Formats: sequence, C-alpha cells, structure tokens
Amino acid sequence: MSTETLTIGKALNLGLRKAMEDDAKVVLMGEDIGKLGGVFRITDGLQKDFGEARVVDTPLAEAGILGTAVGLAMRGYRPVCEIQFDGFVFPAYNQIVTQVAKMHARSQGRLPMPIVIRIPFGGGIGAVEHHSESPEAYFAHTAGLKVVAVSNPVDAYWGIQQAIAHPDPIVFLEPKRRYWEKAEVDTGATPDPLFASRVVRGGDDVTVLAYGPMVKTALQAAEAVAEEGRSLEVVDLRTVSPLDLEPVFESVRRTGRCVVVHEAPVTLGLGAEIAARVTETCFHSLEAPVLRVGGFDTPYPPSKLEEEYLPDLDRVLDAVDRAMEF
Amino acid sequence: MTALPETTEMVDPVPGAAAPHLPQRSQLVQLLTPEGERVEHPDYALEISDEELRDLYRDLVLVRRWDVEATALQRQGELGIWASLLGQEAAQIGAGRAMAPSDMAFPTYREHGVAWTRGVDPLHVISLFRGVDNGGWDPVATGFNLYTVVIGAQCLHATGYAMGLQRDGAETATLAFLGDGATSQGEVNEAMIWAASFSAPVVFFCQNNQYAISVPLERQSRVPLYQRAAGFGFPGVRVDGNDVLAVLAVTRQALQAAREGQGPTFIEAFTYRMGAHTTSDDPTRYRLASELEEWKLRDPIARLKAYLSRQEKADSAFFDSVEREADELAERIRSGTVEMPDPDPAAMFDTVYAEQTPWLAAQRDEFVAYRASFEEAGE
Repeated sequence: MSTETLTIGKALNLGLRKAMEDDAKVVLMGEDIGKLGGVFRITDGLQKDFGEARVVDTPLAEAGILGTAVGLAMRGYRPVCEIQFDGFVFPAYNQIVTQVAKMHARSQGRLPMPIVIRIPFGGGIGAVEHHSESPEAYFAHTAGLKVVAVSNPVDAYWGIQQAIAHPDPIVFLEPKRRYWEKAEVDTGATPDPLFASRVVRGGDDVTVLAYGPMVKTALQAAEAVAEEGRSLEVVDLRTVSPLDLEPVFESVRRTGRCVVVHEAPVTLGLGAEIAARVTETCFHSLEAPVLRVGGFDTPYPPSKLEEEYLPDLDRVLDAVDRAMEF
Repeated sequence: MTALPETTEMVDPVPGAAAPHLPQRSQLVQLLTPEGERVEHPDYALEISDEELRDLYRDLVLVRRWDVEATALQRQGELGIWASLLGQEAAQIGAGRAMAPSDMAFPTYREHGVAWTRGVDPLHVISLFRGVDNGGWDPVATGFNLYTVVIGAQCLHATGYAMGLQRDGAETATLAFLGDGATSQGEVNEAMIWAASFSAPVVFFCQNNQYAISVPLERQSRVPLYQRAAGFGFPGVRVDGNDVLAVLAVTRQALQAAREGQGPTFIEAFTYRMGAHTTSDDPTRYRLASELEEWKLRDPIARLKAYLSRQEKADSAFFDSVEREADELAERIRSGTVEMPDPDPAAMFDTVYAEQTPWLAAQRDEFVAYRASFEEAGE
C-alpha cells in the first residue's frame, strides 16, 4: 500500500503514466502536451519518458486530433486526446459525433473505438471566452459515447486509467478549477467502478446531485446547512453517461426531495434528464419537484461576471430552501 | 457609428467568377489514349502482361454492370438510393489494383470499384443502400474501411491509421479516397497537414469528377487540385482518371513511396461522373448534354477494349465470356437484393457500445416487450 497526497492534476499525470506503462498501445495526442506538458501540465514529463511516438505534440487542429485518433484506434492503438480547453472541442465535434461515436455501431462491432477525450471543463478561473464551458450535455446526448466527470484526486487517478482501458470512447471531463485540490490517494487500493455514482455525504432532508467541480460546492452547502440542523445527502454522479441513478432513486425515496447542480445551462442540461428520470421512478416519494441549479441560458459571461453565473453555495442553499418549503 | 449604405442591388461578390478558369488538363499522366493507343510516360513505366490487361478489362466491365444493375434496382424500389460510379470505373479499378493486400483503403460512399478489387461482396455494399445496415463487410479483413458519408472525414482516419502503421514498423500504406468537393473541407486539409508533418504513409486519391452534386470545380478551387499538394509539401500528380493503366502506374508508385517512408502523395484522377450524383439527383439542371457526350468519347472501358482488340491481346471469345460473367453477376446481385432479409429490429441496440450500458439494455428490453405485446395480441 502506498498513499500519497496528490492534486487532481498530479493524480491525472500519475494515472496517465501508469496507463502508458501498463499498455504499450496507449498514445497521448494533443496540443503542447510534449515538452510543455500541456497548458495545465497534466502530461508533464511523459514525453521525456515515453518518447515522441507515444506523446504526440500535434498540429494545432482539433478535428485532426480526433480524426487521426479514429485511424489509430482502427489500427489497435488506444489514443488519449487532450483538448486544451472545453470551448476548443467544437472543431472536433464532427469527428466525435459522426465518427468516434458511431464507428462501433456502423461496423456492427468490428471496429471498437477505445479513445479517451480529455477535456478540462467548467469555469471559475477568470479566463477569456471559450475557456470556461461545460459541454457535457452535447456528448451525453450522443449515442455511442460515454461521459465521465471526476471531482477529486482519487477518481482522477483511477478514472483515467479505467477510461483508457475501457473499450468504448469516453469523454473524460476534468474540473479545471479544481486541478489543484488535494487528497490522499492510495495507489494500491481497489478502485470503485468507473460508471458508478457515489454517496459522498449521508443525509435525510434533501438529495443533492452534482459532478465534477460542483461536488465540492454541494459538500460545502451540506456543511453550511448542517449548522442549521438540516442534513443533505450529497451524491457525486461521477459518470454523466451512462447515468448511474439507482443510488439516487434510493436516496430520493428517503428524502423526497432532489436538487441537481451543474455549471452548464439548465435548459436541456443533465439536470433536465435527471429530473425526468427521478420523477418517472420516484413519483410517489417526491415531496417537491426536482429542482435544478445551473448556469443561465446565456453565453458564458466575461470573467468579472462569472461568480454571478456559476452556481455557488448560496444558490444551492436557495434551491434547498425552496425544496424544503414546497 | 457609420450607417451602412443602402443598396438596391446585390453586387456579384466574386469578381471574375464567370471568366474562364485556369486550364484544367495540363500535366496529365496518360498511358492509354481515349482512342486506345498505348503511349509511354517518362516517369511512369508500366510492365503489364496481357493476362493482367484482360483482368483489368474484366474488372471494369463487371463493376459497371453491378452499377447499372444497382441503379435499376433503385428505380424499381429495391434500394433507397444508389450512388453511381458510372464513368469512374478506371480511376477506381486502377487505384484498387495498385494496392497490396495489406494496404488499407478509406473510401467515400462511391468506391464500389475499389470495394470490388478488395474482394468485398457487392451485396454487402448493396445492403447499405437498401437500408439493411451501414455496410456488411469486415473492414479489417478486406483492407477496405466502411463507407464514410460525411464528406472528407475519412482522410483523417487514413492518416491516423498510417501513423499507426509507422509505429508498427509495417511496410504498408493507406489510400484515402476523396472527391473534388471534399478538397474544400477543413478536415481534408488538416489530414494533409498531419500527413506531411508526420510523413505518414498515406496516399490521397482524389477523383475529380468535375461536380460536387451540382457545383462545378471552379467553386472549390482556383488552381488545379493536384497543385494544392505543393502547398502542403508533398508531390501532387494529375492522372487521366479514365485511363486504368495510368491510374494503376501512378497509384502503385505513390503507394510504394509511402511504404518506403517517403510520405504522402496527392493524386488527382481527372474524370467525369457520367451519371447523376445519386439516384435522387437530376444532372440536367446543372450541366449540358454536350459535356456528357464529350466525355463519352473518353470512356474508360471503350479505350481498353479498343487497345485489347487492336493489339490482339483478347479475342471475341474473351469479350463474350466477360459479358456472360457480367450477366451472371447482375443476376446474383438482383436475386440477392430482393431476397435480402430485413434486419432484426432489436439489433440496433446491440453494437452501440462494446460494453453495453444498463440504460440501453433496459431500453432494448422495453422495446422487445413492446413489440411482443402486439404479437401476443395477434395484431
């Protein structure tokens, strides 16, 4: 057993390293991921140790990264593509949606696409346009893709390895503003399954669902209301597609109240799908409608306004209040 | 803020667009003239036996017959749509026969002739256009990827696969097919940049059939397409796409260069789509009948037949036997098509993922139960 304190960024770096050691077919591709180690340094030192054939500094062309990843996957490789920022995934969107996602079905299972698309996502870092977005719903809406959003160093370390070993294409969302959050990671432990949600704090009054960067916010909300004698059950969804909602249903049947939190705009966001499924399954247990806390239906605003746009502790608590008062 | 001037008339935004474009047939590699005369080219020698020549003729005739039969089947309601290769047989047979068995082709949706050379059963292509599946062949076993319908997307796949070949140390190349319209796609240009940057063993084989559905070449390019390659830093060659010998020689050389580590080549096979874009198209709306008549004089099959006859490399018994074989193939395609069973409805859930999700498995179960409820009710 070896336990160390790691940031999410370092945990990803070590997870990538381990995946590359375990499987010689793993190839990292992206812009500035070689000598520089990526703009967030997630691939720091990997090109030096694994060489330029396995850690590829690509031309500045996102469609090219994903399109060539398809060809490499057909040839038996396991490409791990880094998209530098969430808002830059759209030039690659065609390849992801029309090729990566559909190749397995198109070929009747003959061409698996074990491709991981790493995307630092979400806001809160004071960036310019296109650097703070939450595009998960686009990918969750696309048959053939799986979408994972990690919230902590333990899941980052194991999740990236599990995603790389998985036979289907996975959009792997990394909460960029939490890259520097630390936790103890036991690199000898047995990890939880990749596509499983997890109750991260038990409670009785309201079930609060979050993933990625909002898990921390939800936990802070739970901490805050505990002082007022209310208890929130917080579920880290961990996987956005497929959703693992059984633990959620079990929780909502007890609490009767459910709040979904994400940074993405609420309209047709994950919260909408979750609200529908919770309502379909737990209708008779619900004491209040499922409420959503998320971004507004505006473009992500200039950074001076992002604290207004992003769900924070107070907006989560406001939703909790409304759910309780219903 | 300055107000925009009010205009009453739209100004032609492309000055000179109506003027004659640059000459489009310079530097054409040709080994067999439209009249069926064998000519030599200093850079592209071709040693070929009489038997190989006859085999090429057979290929050309059989794929044309397949194509004609498929168009008829569509007209009779047996296919949803058909993308005809009429007129492009030489470009496709020449390119396909230039490939080694281990090479990998990345076709568009019109490469029936290349499919033929890779041993793909025509019925596995037909099934796509009938709506039974998205192509029924094994891409790895045949070295022929599934058809790609999104224009140009496959050029990146071919480049990535070629990058995999490099890492494997394999002396193998990929052949990426594209059309003239695809050269305007960003992804195609990205593929050429990547191929050049990594010196990937990929050959871009562009069939310039003069039209992207209805839009002529001059809307896609101000320069002859093969000249684009220079900007990416690799050779570009224009070959007579209706000359199966020239296409074979040029493609063979480009693939060999790629296998030997010399990187990509862009081949522009100058040809003509003699039919419609697909059976849903009406080319009389956008091109002149005289143009088609002009291209009929450059027919890829007629010129090889003329050469084989005149040089006494094939006799009438041979031509008759190829015709008989074509008749048999057409009959096999016809009966195979009409007898083709519809797919199992529940199968659409089965290969979305390599590892099925509980949610999709539940949708499948629900769907199966829903359908069964009608059967139980005797409806």
